[in-house]
Amino acid sequence: MFGRKAEQAVSMLEEGATAQDVAKLGATAAVIDASFEVEPGEIFVVMGLSGSGKSTLIRMLNGLWKPTAGDVYIGDTNIARAGDAELRQVRKEKISMVFQHFALLPHRTVVQNAAYALDIQGVDKAERFKRASEALELVGLAGWDDKYPAQLSGGMKQRVGLARALAAGSDIMLMDEAFSALDPLIKREMQDQLIQLQSSLNKTIIFITHDLNEAMRLGDRIAVMRAGRIVQIGTAEEVLNDPANDYVAQFVADVDRTRVLSAASVMEPAQYIVNANAGPREAQHTMREKQASAAFAVGRRDNLLHGVVYDKDVVKAVKRGDQTLQSIIDTDVASVHQDTVLADLFAPSAESPLPLAVVDDDKHLVGVVPRVTLLSAMANVAEVVHAGEHPGGEGRSDGPPDEPAEPAVAEPAEVSARSTDGGAA
Amino acid sequence: MIRAESESFDPLDPDLEVGQWIADAFDWFLDTFDPIIDVVETALQTGYDALFDLLSAPPFLVMIVIFAALGWIARSWQFAVFTVVAFYLIAAMGQWDRSMDTLSLILLAAAIATILAIPLGIWAAKSSTVSQMVRPVLDFMQTMPAMVYLIPTLFAFGIGQVPGIVSTVIFAMPPGVRFTELAIRQVDAEVVEAGQAFGAAPGRILRQIQLPLALPTIMAGINQVIMLSLSMVVLAALVGAGGLGGEVVGGLNGLSIPRGSEAGLAVVVLAIYLDRIVAALADRAPVVRASRVRD
Repeated sequence: MFGRKAEQAVSMLEEGATAQDVAKLGATAAVIDASFEVEPGEIFVVMGLSGSGKSTLIRMLNGLWKPTAGDVYIGDTNIARAGDAELRQVRKEKISMVFQHFALLPHRTVVQNAAYALDIQGVDKAERFKRASEALELVGLAGWDDKYPAQLSGGMKQRVGLARALAAGSDIMLMDEAFSALDPLIKREMQDQLIQLQSSLNKTIIFITHDLNEAMRLGDRIAVMRAGRIVQIGTAEEVLNDPANDYVAQFVADVDRTRVLSAASVMEPAQYIVNANAGPREAQHTMREKQASAAFAVGRRDNLLHGVVYDKDVVKAVKRGDQTLQSIIDTDVASVHQDTVLADLFAPSAESPLPLAVVDDDKHLVGVVPRVTLLSAMANVAEVVHAGEHPGGEGRSDGPPDEPAEPAVAEPAEVSARSTDGGAA
Repeated sequence: MIRAESESFDPLDPDLEVGQWIADAFDWFLDTFDPIIDVVETALQTGYDALFDLLSAPPFLVMIVIFAALGWIARSWQFAVFTVVAFYLIAAMGQWDRSMDTLSLILLAAAIATILAIPLGIWAAKSSTVSQMVRPVLDFMQTMPAMVYLIPTLFAFGIGQVPGIVSTVIFAMPPGVRFTELAIRQVDAEVVEAGQAFGAAPGRILRQIQLPLALPTIMAGINQVIMLSLSMVVLAALVGAGGLGGEVVGGLNGLSIPRGSEAGLAVVVLAIYLDRIVAALADRAPVVRASRVRD
């Protein structure tokens, strides 16, 4: 809550008033209802347009701004009620931040910038430069230690910002529109790097963005914000396939689904399956029943995909009196992992006469994607398909981040926020 | 004090003795703070004497070499050459001692004004209440005709350099405060947030982020302080501060063009020299240098 009469505004909001109602008091409700928990090791994306309150929200998570009402827990510490000294302690040890416009100190070198958090933590000079250099190496800036920020491109500056946050050694990273100021190609590169770093570092990341494609690429879960309220929290697929309301639906209308939806989300149960461990007679029987000219040969117990058998081979094998199918299984079968995104299914699907087999990590058959299924999945989003030319790329790059918004709440797991109403005053 | 006239106040023919009230208030101020005024007077006189001795004791050629060396270090050899020529001209015009006198006054007054202005500017930048209270006072200090300050300071400190220094400090301080406040407020909010977000205490943020980033603008303010000091120091001759101002006033009284113009030229030389040196220092601020580094 910003502005005058904040308390009165909060109680009005609790009784169901809208942000416009309280605006008449001269109060601005930036974050009104944002309750969520973030699990350790998760990338939690908060997505919303300018003025939706997301920048206010992230600033409440580390206490830069205080909510008027509501609580923010990091572990057991309530950030919203912590004193200045306690807050500084939490920021030093547990939570670091990456900024939209990098926020580097222009008069310090790259390595001094990367070591900034350690400097505040009181780490001695040799040690902090060593750790800062390691962090710089991690983000691909080895050898740039002694340059000044003015000598770096935007993408490199943000790598320094990232290195500074990593060097701090905190488990939680807040990223406020961290890649929004970068041009599309660099942005993509940074996203890839973040995903790759995350796979080894396993930080808890709260990422703010106005770019839906970015949210979809990065987020384990996505919270969609509008006018100070979180309107939906879910995985990328949940938000896409099951939007909570018209606003979210409209929002996701122009996302490139082929880059988000995975094979697992469109696959169907396999119809044509024969037991790879049984003989050709049983296979022939099954295929006749289903009127199939080819079938997947799958282990009956373990569901392991062995390959494909074709009708004429089965018939020959029966004539020859073979006892097993092994000799006629064609192992050169088009199979894809269940997490493969739709965009990557087109080529194998076009080449394969059979439906694509979808397998899990251990090569167990979990379903199939017939070409017609793939095409109809596409047809649902036909208006979007041409946008697939820059998949996940720039999205909407308009607009500065946010206007001040208002209260949020977060609460524990590692980080969690729960807000009923409220705001930062 | 507010005498009985208020009883006979005629709204159609208003007649308020504001000036008298101020004078009365000032009298009260002098009586009440007499010991403090004495301390200030002694301190300023001592400071001035020491500085003047320092600058005027060596032969003028030695001082010219020192000034030129400073110019070289701060700027360039071309500027050092200019310094030699210009200061030699001052000596040749017979204005050397008076110039050192004036320079002492300027340096002392500008230093005091800066020392007072920067903390006040920082405070005003941190607190909007302070800012709003300080602003009208600064407006007042800057718009009141400068010579007016000479009257009460003359009463307080008597004839000599001290009233000139005090008047100069009052007159020259406002841009120092304003530039400092502006400079701190202008520092990129995100960079300040970065300091906070990593757990830095406010004092550390001020020292490591706000002041270094604000330094070029603060230096511009100090430059203004020096230039205003220079103009005021000439007026201070009216209360017996002497120096080049004394020559200018003397030239005016005697309608002597040679006398007035020689002193005036010497003032111009001092102004150019101080301006360029301060500008060069601003240019050496770490944040400015870092922005200029190229591979």
